[in-house]
Formats: sequence, structure tokens, C-alpha cells
Amino acid sequence: MTKLVYFAWVRERIGKGEEDIDLPASVKTGSDLLRHLKTLGDDYAHALEHENVIRIAINQEHVEHDEPIAGAREIALFPPMTGG
Amino acid sequence: MAAAAPVTVRVQHDDFDVAAETARLTAGRADAGAIVTFTGLCRDEGGRLAALELEHYPGMAEAEIGQICEQAVTRFSLLGLTAIHRVGKIAPGENIVLVIALAPHRHAAFDGASFVMDYLKTSAPFWKKEHFADGRTGGWVDAKDSDDQARAKWS
Repeated sequence: MTKLVYFAWVRERIGKGEEDIDLPASVKTGSDLLRHLKTLGDDYAHALEHENVIRIAINQEHVEHDEPIAGAREIALFPPMTGG
Repeated sequence: MAAAAPVTVRVQHDDFDVAAETARLTAGRADAGAIVTFTGLCRDEGGRLAALELEHYPGMAEAEIGQICEQAVTRFSLLGLTAIHRVGKIAPGENIVLVIALAPHRHAAFDGASFVMDYLKTSAPFWKKEHFADGRTGGWVDAKDSDDQARAKWS
């Protein structure tokens, strides 16, 4: 099981802040993960519609979409940041 | 032997006290010649906005700001740095973020505070949602290209 966490409008559109999910072996990178999640329902498809906008963090560190996710304890998906 | 450069990072709901945080950073040291304090406030956007709601990624937000601060201390040879970011609902006129940079000379203090803010805005996992004065909940604030450009000037 991999823990997924969502923030801001990604969280709102998916309808939950976090979940534990079994990922198929074919899901090897961040991009694979986004494509897989979009098959799980309309909420996911809506939240992740524009894949290039979504930021990914693995174990609380920013990563590129082509980063392997093997061994990740926690993967976060969120929009571009707007703090400060 | 110079004292270590203390770095303080906090994410909190409560407001911060700029004077108290400044005093904490300068207490007991005589090697600093400059202190730059930046406070980011919630704007009312011409009366349209009732509040901003700040969401963050607990753990990662503190860690990201901490890394940015450590980079700033090294790059600008700062003597101390404090960064505090509030979360939750914040009304117009209230504080959102505080950065205090302590250095031997003014340029390092100005640059250190500016560097931390430019990186914080684009790398630290915080998001702002707008609540309007007419009771409607607005959307999430969009990231600005100008913030990316401000960050890029440091690389």
C-alpha cells in the first residue's frame, strides 16, 4: 500500500485528503501514477486533467514527473504553490 | 569564534509578534550590523476579499522553508534567520508571513530576506483560497509567472 495525500483543489476535486492505495506494478513513475489515478473515476479525472500543472512530492520532497516512485512511503499531489 | 547562525522556522495559526521575534534574533550578539524584516499581509483586493484561507502540507512545509533558510544563511553569510508562516483563515490587514534576516551588513540582510521570500512563494507547499466579502467562496489563488521569474533571478 502506498499513502497518497492531496492538497488544495486537487484535494477538493478528488474529494478526500488522503488514501492508502494498491498500485499496479505497471505504475513506475509519477506520470504513470497520474494516468492510473485518472482511470479510477470522474473525480480523479477532473482533478488531474491537466497533468503538467500537477506537482508531485515523494516522501515530502519535490520530484519531477518522471521520477520513479518505487519504495515511496507517501506521495503527494498538489497544484502550484501560492504561499507567502 | 562567531556565534552560530540560528535558523527558526515555524508554521502556526496564531499571529506573530514582529518585535519579539526581532529581539529574539538579536539578543546577546554584537556582531550584526543589519536586520531586515519582511512581513507579508493579507490584502482586501479593493474590498472584494473577506479572508484568505491558507492550507499547507504539514511536515513538508516546515522542511522546505528550513532548506531555503539554510541555503540563504550559507549564500549570504547571514548571522541568523527567522521565517514564520501562518495558516488557517486570515482577514485583510492581518499578517501572513514573516522573514527576518540578520547580517553584518545591509546588502546581505536585504538579499537574504528577498531570497527566502522568492523561494518560499514557489517551493513551499502552501495554497491560498479566497473568501469573498459577499459571502461566496472564491477559487484557489493561481500561481503567478512573476513569482517564478522572481525566483529565477537568484539562479
